[in-house]
Amino acid sequence: MNPFSFLTQMIRIAVPFLFAASGGVVAERSGIVSLTLEGFMLSGAFAAVLGTNYSGSPWVGVLCGILGGLIFSLIHAVATIRYRADQVVVGVAINLLAIGVTRFFLKLFFASSSNSPRVAGFGGNIKAAGFDNPLLWLGVLVAPFVAFVIYKTPFGLRVRAAGEHPDAAESVGVSVTRVRYAAVAISGILAGLGGVYLALDQHQFTDQMTAGRGFIAISAVIFGRWDPIRAALACLLFAAAETLQIQLQGSHAIPSQFVEMIPYALTIIALAGVVGRAVPPAALGKAEA
Amino acid sequence: MKEREAGGGRREAGNQAGFSVPASSAASAVPPPASHLPPPAIRMEGIDKSFGAIRANRGASLQVMPREIHALVGENGAGKSTLMRILGGLMKPDAGRVEVNGRDATGWSTNEAIAAGIGIVHQHFMLVPTLTVAENLVLGCEPKVRRIVLDYSRAAESVRTLSNETGLVIAPERLISDLSVGEAQRVEILKVLFRGAKLLVLDEPTAVLSPPEVRELWTVLRRLRDNGDTIVLITHRLDEVVDLSDTITVMRAGKTVARIKTSETTPAEIARLMVGRDVSLSAGKRVQPVDRATAPQPDQGLEVGGLTVMGSRGIRVIDDVSFTVKPGEILGIAGVEGNGQTEVIEALAGLRPVFSGTIMVDGAEITRRTVAERHDVGLSHIPEDRHRRGLILEYTVANNLILGVQKHFSSHGIIDRDRVMENALTEISSFDIRPPSPVLAARALSGGNQQKVVVAREMGREFSVLLASQPTRGVDVGAIEFIHQQLLDARAQGKAILLVSAELNEVLALSDRIAVMYRGKFAVVMPAVQASEEVLGEYMIGTKKGTAA
Amino acid sequence: MTTATQPLAAKPTLAGTPWRERAEEALIPPFVALLVALICGDLLILSYGQSPASVYRLLLEGTWGNAYGFGQVLYKATTLAFTGLAVSFGLRAGLFNIGGESQLAAGGFAAALTGLALPVGTPLLLSLPICMIAAGVAGGIVGFVPAYLKTRFGAHEVIVTIMLNFIVLALLNWFIAGHLHVPETLHTPEIHAGVLPRLADIDPRFHGSAANLALVVAVIVAFAVWFYLFRARGGYELRAVGLQPQAAEYGGISVGRAWMRALTFSGVIAGIGGINYVLGYKHYYEDGFAGGAGFLGIAAALVGRNHPFGVLVAAFFFATLSQGGLAIHAFVPKQMMDVLQGVVILAVAMAVPEVRGILRGARRRTAA
Repeated sequence: MNPFSFLTQMIRIAVPFLFAASGGVVAERSGIVSLTLEGFMLSGAFAAVLGTNYSGSPWVGVLCGILGGLIFSLIHAVATIRYRADQVVVGVAINLLAIGVTRFFLKLFFASSSNSPRVAGFGGNIKAAGFDNPLLWLGVLVAPFVAFVIYKTPFGLRVRAAGEHPDAAESVGVSVTRVRYAAVAISGILAGLGGVYLALDQHQFTDQMTAGRGFIAISAVIFGRWDPIRAALACLLFAAAETLQIQLQGSHAIPSQFVEMIPYALTIIALAGVVGRAVPPAALGKAEA
Repeated sequence: MKEREAGGGRREAGNQAGFSVPASSAASAVPPPASHLPPPAIRMEGIDKSFGAIRANRGASLQVMPREIHALVGENGAGKSTLMRILGGLMKPDAGRVEVNGRDATGWSTNEAIAAGIGIVHQHFMLVPTLTVAENLVLGCEPKVRRIVLDYSRAAESVRTLSNETGLVIAPERLISDLSVGEAQRVEILKVLFRGAKLLVLDEPTAVLSPPEVRELWTVLRRLRDNGDTIVLITHRLDEVVDLSDTITVMRAGKTVARIKTSETTPAEIARLMVGRDVSLSAGKRVQPVDRATAPQPDQGLEVGGLTVMGSRGIRVIDDVSFTVKPGEILGIAGVEGNGQTEVIEALAGLRPVFSGTIMVDGAEITRRTVAERHDVGLSHIPEDRHRRGLILEYTVANNLILGVQKHFSSHGIIDRDRVMENALTEISSFDIRPPSPVLAARALSGGNQQKVVVAREMGREFSVLLASQPTRGVDVGAIEFIHQQLLDARAQGKAILLVSAELNEVLALSDRIAVMYRGKFAVVMPAVQASEEVLGEYMIGTKKGTAA
Repeated sequence: MTTATQPLAAKPTLAGTPWRERAEEALIPPFVALLVALICGDLLILSYGQSPASVYRLLLEGTWGNAYGFGQVLYKATTLAFTGLAVSFGLRAGLFNIGGESQLAAGGFAAALTGLALPVGTPLLLSLPICMIAAGVAGGIVGFVPAYLKTRFGAHEVIVTIMLNFIVLALLNWFIAGHLHVPETLHTPEIHAGVLPRLADIDPRFHGSAANLALVVAVIVAFAVWFYLFRARGGYELRAVGLQPQAAEYGGISVGRAWMRALTFSGVIAGIGGINYVLGYKHYYEDGFAGGAGFLGIAAALVGRNHPFGVLVAAFFFATLSQGGLAIHAFVPKQMMDVLQGVVILAVAMAVPEVRGILRGARRRTAA
């Protein structure tokens, strides 16, 4: 196995996780459960393909993808913040809705129930191994950027306060509602970008193409104990496992199914507290009184 | 009406409909200031505020002059905290008018309140435990570098500066979760001062403090007043009021009943105003049924030996406490809240693990028994919080009346609904629960009737020992008398009763013996006839220590 | 004070039953959601250039209008009833079981293995209970894991059940793909015993539809769940834990044990649901047969307001949507129904707290 190709492939696989998990950290730190990342990614991926297809420019696709993730995140935000709906239920609904909406529009715009036509993408130089894709670099930088926002800016301070003790934040005039809207919108944009990367990398949209990546991102958030950098490292770890599985294919050393389980099993172990208890933000998932 | 025009602001229109003229009886002790005087720092008139069926404020008023320490006193549930939440912009009044420094401030927002210099130190700290002192200090008005980056060093510097100015020393880097209660309170006060508060409201600040911490707080508050700040102190402890305040406002049942200069009143008068009738501060009022049941067997009732309970951080919240409650006796536990009363009751009831010691009911050891097994040996328990523990609010009254004894109302795992209903009808009429419908959700009942459901369940069945924790908290007067009578009747029938109450009057009026809890121990146990509010008060605040009798 | 107006020593009565209030709070949100879904459906149909009225007519004709369509609705409703009952059972104890998908699959897998292991010609009266027990145990094991981790370590059941979905489905995939499949497929061989009679065997008009005796099992399970929740002591305690854990603890109820019971039996119910496909329809286990029914069970539980009979109705409703998609596919893509499912769940989730707030506010105003 070539360590260089392993590394590059790992990073390519990690990019969607990195986007989505970084978004998940922001939303969950503000107190809103992010079971919706899968749906945000899927809608972002579809919108990106739609935009690229009709404009011919992947950059228009990126903007559309951001918009796609944003729209779904705003639905999520209105339902959970304005209407105080159960965040887990809304999460399930958003994911089903994203599957339904992308399927319906796939049929409407591309007259297919499985995939879109091929669209333009970024890069494509074989020698660059995907590293001529600006989105890849954006994905690598997103976690440090989110870490900066969370720990070094007033907005980040307010996000952390809103997720831990919303009443305290409210008592000093911080609008928890506004902070949470912003945090969920950011999670929608970032997870949407994760979907954009995925779709443009494959040059098409296929039904349910995110295939559980949003849940791996959530695993990374929990395994990384709601810290952007640790979550990013978890993304890399999970991506490494997936790369290993791909590169070992055919060798039958370990059944691929067992490699697939790694992120989920690690998350359960982290939650059970075997290696350092994962303690979520105190107000996570609680409707504002 | 004239003031209203003068203060006419942009929020005026919304409040006109709900504006009501304050009750003439309220706050009439001091006339409104003449126009040439500086306006009062706070002026609240005719404030109404309801939460569902509960009317927390009904025409309440408050007038605080600049540069004074003003005590706002009243019993639990008198509406003090609600009034202050309205002042701080956390709630909007249903009716009434608020002025701060002569400006209309009715229904304003938290931010407007902060901008006007109002700082509220809440009873339950409003601090984010996972953030540092400095981060909590600046939350909401953060200093910035280049407009986007949080200037942490300036935040830390602000902590140090304020610490120097006020004497409230605390390291800016420490996490709130690592602080003691007293230290956390320092941060709370620094926090409001950082926001430029000139008008501090402290809600029951001493409820959780040790006496040295209280003394330190008083020093700080006096210094702040002398520097030109105005302070409102919410409390229900008379000693504090008399010690510290310049002026006193007394609230009762959502209304303001008096505003008096501290120098012109006495604790007895304040107490009378708080309660609404003459209260003898000694235990003269109790009805002492003389006829004692037959001489109690030595091993009957409740016997507790060397009870020790550990708290969250390895602290002994109950430290080697021993006592007995004999049949036909009420042992009352008094004390400032948070000194271990809750933990004692929970440990006895089986809701909190016992570290060491023994608990016996009628000679049977129950130290390690489950809650259900304790029921079976004759232990009943009226919990301090009926909304959290005592009732399942969505369950019907009938179903609530079998909580804890559901086993006895079922056979082969199936609930006998006829017996449940029969039991409900019996208890409803014997405890006068209204409305008298067993199928109503407990949520739909008034506080007093909810408490009657709990009392009916715990006292309507066979028991020999009763743990009664805050049995009349948040309950109307009629229900209080009813519940008191039930307790006295049970005592006459030879039940052993352990009573915990934050209302000293209640403890004094019902108990045969009174223990005072202070920091997880019994500071003293004395016969009720020797007890008075003054005597107990000294033990409660720890200035006097006695031997457990 | 309302009590002051009452005569002294009032006689207890059953008057003023709060049934109406409860029914309002329970039923208004689903109807609001239905209305929202209808409006969304109109828009989607119009976006395809069709007339909503004729599409809806087609939908009804293709589902409730003929025996085959109705049979298919019943078949789909059966699986949803099981997963919906499973979710609602957990929710009654305050726990969210999102693992229905893998519990259903594990149950179906176990039922298929048992059906394969039993000798040919085992009478149904023997083989059905054995297969059901196997399915229930398999689902129960999957449900027990989050229950144990929650009780023992406080691990949040939502995350654990989601993660377990992936783990269990991968494990089953490994079993099938690696060991048990018929060549060129991803399913087991056909079972020898435990095949359930179809509805068509009783009434030939249902010919071709997959509806089978598992439907009756689902209704029986719904009754059993109802009886347990509202008539048995265990249900009294379980619901108490779900409503107010601290009050339940005070009432001598072990919260941990109630949690274990709730999640494990939630898994058992979902697991039994596996018989509908395996014993009733295809007679083999196929990888991926659950196909989202576990997640749609959450929708059924939510729309059915966590009441066993409500769940049955809701399962029927979602099955109608799903089957209706096929009926209208020639005019509007069936994917429209996937959108509407999401809309209904979202609308109910938003309407529940809102409606409660409005109703209770209104009642207070009239009471005051």
